This record gives sequence, C-alpha cells and structure tokens, in this order.
Amino acid sequence: MRIGDFELDMQALPAPLPIFHGVAANAADWEFAARAVLQAGGRLISLWSVERGEGAQRQPLVCAAYVAAQGLLWLDLPLASRAVHYPDLSGIFACAERMQRAMADLSGVHASEVRDQRPWLDHGLWTGDLPPLARCARPAAAMPQSRPNGYPFVRVEGDGVHEIAVGPVHAGIIEPGHFRFSVVGEKVLRLEQHLGYTHKGIERRFTELAPLEGYRLAGRVSGDSTVAYAFAYCMALEAAAQCAVPERAAWLRALLLERERVANHLGDLGGIGNDAGLAIALAQFSRLREDWLRLGKTLFGHRLMMDCVLPGGVACDLDADAVRSLEQQCQQMQREVLAMRRLFDEHAGLQDRFIGAGRVSAALAQRLGLAGMAARASGIVTDLRGQFALPPYDTLAVRVASHRNGDVAARVSVRFDEVLESLRLIREMLRALPAGPVQQVVTLPANAALGAGWVEGWRGEILVALELEHDNGALRIARCHCHDPSWQNWPVLEHAMIGNIVPDFPLINKSFNLSYSGHDL
Amino acid sequence: MWKIVDRILRAGIPSEPPPPVRAEPGDEVSHIQQRLLDILGKALTIRMVDAGSCNGCELEIHALGNPYYNLEGLGIKFVASPRHADMLLVTGPVSRHMATALRRTWEAMPDPKLVVAVGDCGCTGGVFGAGYASCGRVANVIPVHCTIPGCPPPPIDILRGILSAVSGHGEAPPPVST
Repeated sequence: MRIGDFELDMQALPAPLPIFHGVAANAADWEFAARAVLQAGGRLISLWSVERGEGAQRQPLVCAAYVAAQGLLWLDLPLASRAVHYPDLSGIFACAERMQRAMADLSGVHASEVRDQRPWLDHGLWTGDLPPLARCARPAAAMPQSRPNGYPFVRVEGDGVHEIAVGPVHAGIIEPGHFRFSVVGEKVLRLEQHLGYTHKGIERRFTELAPLEGYRLAGRVSGDSTVAYAFAYCMALEAAAQCAVPERAAWLRALLLERERVANHLGDLGGIGNDAGLAIALAQFSRLREDWLRLGKTLFGHRLMMDCVLPGGVACDLDADAVRSLEQQCQQMQREVLAMRRLFDEHAGLQDRFIGAGRVSAALAQRLGLAGMAARASGIVTDLRGQFALPPYDTLAVRVASHRNGDVAARVSVRFDEVLESLRLIREMLRALPAGPVQQVVTLPANAALGAGWVEGWRGEILVALELEHDNGALRIARCHCHDPSWQNWPVLEHAMIGNIVPDFPLINKSFNLSYSGHDL
Repeated sequence: MWKIVDRILRAGIPSEPPPPVRAEPGDEVSHIQQRLLDILGKALTIRMVDAGSCNGCELEIHALGNPYYNLEGLGIKFVASPRHADMLLVTGPVSRHMATALRRTWEAMPDPKLVVAVGDCGCTGGVFGAGYASCGRVANVIPVHCTIPGCPPPPIDILRGILSAVSGHGEAPPPVST
C-alpha cells in the first residue's frame, strides 16, 4: 500500500470497513510511516502496546492506528524487549504524547528522548514490580491506604499569577479529574489537567473475560457511549471470527447508535444552556432526554441501551408498533428541538456567552488532532459515517454537520445539526428496515486472530483493537485496547481555555463534554 | 423572553402528579416524594462522588433533576461541599486513585452522615471487579448504609434508595475491610 511516497506492506482485515494491518520493519520505518500519513493528510487515532508469542518468545510491540485515504491502518513495531525504546511520534502527531506516557505506565515501553517523562495514568499506587499490562505481571489487589504521589504541574510565574486547584472531586455530578488553573484575576493563563483518577484496570480486566462476554465490559468503558463501544467490540470480535452480522442487525445497530447520539446531545445542550445561566434549557432538554430514554427502556429494555449490541447482532427487535412509536417520537422531537434552537439563537444574553468562548481555530485543531464532533465545529470535517460508510450509512448519504468558528456557539450549532440529522437518519432507517433475523451465532476462530472495530460514536471515533489467542485449548482475549476520542480532545481543552475567564470553564468544558472513564480506562 | 414563556406554557408541568396509591410507576414518583417529606420534613443535602464509575450512573443521577422526578422541588439538593452534606452518594468501583479522595470527602462530612452506594459497581465491584487498580465495592473503603443495585439503576430506583437510607432501613454499616 502506498501512503504518500512511502510503501507499506498491509493486509486487509476481514471487517465491514477498510481496515488494514501491517508491520513496520524497523524503528526508522515506524517514523517514516507516521510522517507519510501526516503528509497524505491522515491522522493518528491511537497508540498502544501488546505482547505476542509464547513463554520465552514473548515479544513486546507498539501499535499505532492511523486513518489514511485507504481506511484504517493498524501498524505494529516489534521491539526486542521492553528496555528498547521506540521513536517518539509526538513531534509528528501532538496527540501521541499522552498516549505514549500512558503506554509507559501500563506496558512499560518507552518512547526515546521524550521531553515529558512524567507518568500519566499511574499515580504511584499500583502494586507489583511489573507494569500492569505485562503478560506475566501478577499485580496484587489494590489496598486503599497509601496516598498518591504528588504530580509536578508546570508553574506559571509572574506578577499576580496564582493557581486554582480543582478536583478530583468536582462540585457537581461529574466524573473525577484534576484541573490546575494558573490565573491572573479572572483570566486563565494556563490550564493543566491531571487525569487517571478513574483508571480501574479495564484493559487488564478484558484478559480475564471470555471473548463472547467482553462486550459487556466494552459497553461500560464510557457509559454515555455504551452502544458505540459495544458495537466496536462486536465489530472487532466478528472480524476476528470472520462472521458477518445479519442485515437487519446491522441496521438496528446503526439505529441504536443514532439514538445514543441524540440522547447525549439532548443532555448536553441542556447542560450547556444551564452553564450559561439559561435554566429553561436544562428543564426542557432534560425533559426531552427523559422522554427519549423512557421509550428506549420500553422498546430496547434499557434506558441507555446497555448490552443491546452483542456479538452476532443485537438483543432487541422492533415490531410494527415499535416502529410507529419511534417514528412518532422522532417527529415530535424534531418540533421540540427546532423550537429550542430558535430560543437559543434569538437569546442575546446566551449568544453573548457562547460566541468566542473556548475558541479552537482550524489550524490549532489540525495541529493537535482534535477529533469528532468538536473537530467538526472547528472546520475539520471528518465523520466515519460519511468518509467510510458502513451499511446502512452507505445508503443514507449522511449529511455531516460542520462549522468554522470553533467556539462554544459552533459546538452548540453542530450538536443541533447532528440531532436533526440523526432524527432524519432514524426515520430513514425505520422506513427501509430490512426483514430477517437480528442475531447469528458467532463461532470463535480455531487459531489466534485479531480484529478491529471502528465506530463513529457521538463524541468521535471509537476504536477497539482485539487480539485473541489459544490458551489450554480455549480461545481467550490476549489484549483488548479501547480508544476514546477524549484522548485527542482533552489536551485541546487546555488550549481552548487560554485567555478565557474562569467562570466560563464549566461552559467550555461542557461544550466538549469529554469522557474521563473512556480516557482513564 | 416571550419565547421562553411560550416554551414554558407549551411544555406545561410534566412532574408526575400526587397519587393516592402506589399503583402506576408514574404515581410511585410522587409517593416516594411524599414519604421523603414526611420523614425529613426539611431539606436533604447530598454530596455525590464518582469514585471510578463508567459515567452511566451519573447520567441517571442527573436525570433525577429533570422535571419528571423534580428532586429539587422536594428540597433535596446536590451540594458542592461535603461539609454541607447529610448524605454521600457514591458510584463506581472505587478506583485505587480515588480511594483517598473518597475517604477524605467522607471524613469532611458532619455527623450523622449517610452513605449510599449507587449501581452494581458500587454494591459489588460490578463488571470491573477488584484488581490492581480497583478496590471493588464502596464498602471496602468507607462504611455504607444502603446500596442501590442496577447497571445503572434507573432514577426511580435511586430515589427509592435515597428514601430507604433516610428512613433508616439501610443495613448497619459493615466494618471497612482493610
């Protein structure tokens, strides 16, 4: 495969999307490949580390997932041992930096000559002398006694500069994380995040589960994206097992994914309005979201649609009545959302808070690799549903929402557009829903296999990279890496805050609404 | 301004009406609300801590504030400081990294303090279990009065759990295993 002027040997993996796997011959190729992807206009999705092979032959590898014009490229770089460093990619893709730090914490493989040597997910409290994802590591159970290590934040110095420390326990119903603001008066000079508080060892936990059970854990990587993660996990497992899902199941998965997108945007639009002082936004949107979730409970058996997507298909089916009530709800929701949009657009006080707040220019977004919905609000129009459309999206001509301003107002506008487009897509899907079974039996492969799942969740692209291996006659999960677009977007939030005032932080933060759990794993 | 009034009038009051009996799920909301008022007769303040959840439970706790459940309308309020709180609502398996923050939050609350663990993870460790980075259930770190199972529990169950904690029906706090 040719990427720019670089030739790579890549094999297509059996997946409904163009996903390729290949190996970089050496460290120099690893770096060349990254540069070639960047020059060809591609992007880095994720970096992680695995160990392959048996016993003494076990070898660490670093893996990268890129998106190029051809599709998703999963590239491996074998390392002779954990002590061998691999080339740092953060000079090519800025978003690589934290992922490389996390890899050092979890797998014990280090990039060479990196500037920032601070641990990222590891707060100095895990037991055991081996990194937790090392295959022969047997870390002891966590004991809640000792206190975490201090984290060396970057200090801003100067006349009148002081720090505001927030978290990990925040002042609302939010996930935990630490934010360190360096401010002068109200103005933020620098925001530095310290995350990893919700790290609960998900990737190690995967290796303790049966391959057919892993979808439940995947669906709990980030609760607000449960459909997207379960979908991606199942896509990866089905690719490894070379099993295709029935057509109706593929359509229903997309329908659930769009319903999840709508539910999250409804909740966030209310929250964003509320953070700018418009209480009616929260009252109305939380009512609409509740209506949406209640029908989900009635038709799919779960308010958040957890465990509705499972290996081989989906756990629920729709009859004619269900189709009718979904259709009616979409119609009604469209009316209500349009009315709220008019209210938002014509409210001068609200627009005054939105416009210009937390601005991320297209150039900055491009440089930092901003992903998903937030990227679309900064003029970077990437949406898997349009770019590499999976059935049924290939027949629906998804209209990808975008905006150029990159501020809170732009993210609000993109969210409104996406709600309306998802409502259209749901109605189109309901109209053309193919008949047939909704699930089929997944037969696990006879040999070790790998597969990737790649789904446009409401926040952005979600990737699940799954490796299965044989162990005493049974097939088990050797490694399951989950990637959330929050990895790309958290560092951008630090930049978005520069020059804004402290009271606008909740508003700007909410306009992104990034996942802590999906990032910390 | 007119648009806001128009929206308010059109939407009406969706809060579920006071019921005579506990028959329909819709009625149950009001029934629980009334019992809360009978027992407390005043405001209840809650400090919520996510000790490592997947954020599913947070979504459902948030939903308690929507006009259907109308939690604030009852005088039940989520507060920012543990020093203002009567009840600690905890979600998630307690991640190793949150154990200290959770314990400190609990220590900062004035007595008497109630602790309610929300969700399967908070009750048992859930799908994440206990491991190198997870201390498992909330009761492994601080004493818990009441548990609300579910993944995530729907808002109505969370409301019910809060009720059972304030009416003293919660279990006696087990000793914290160390």
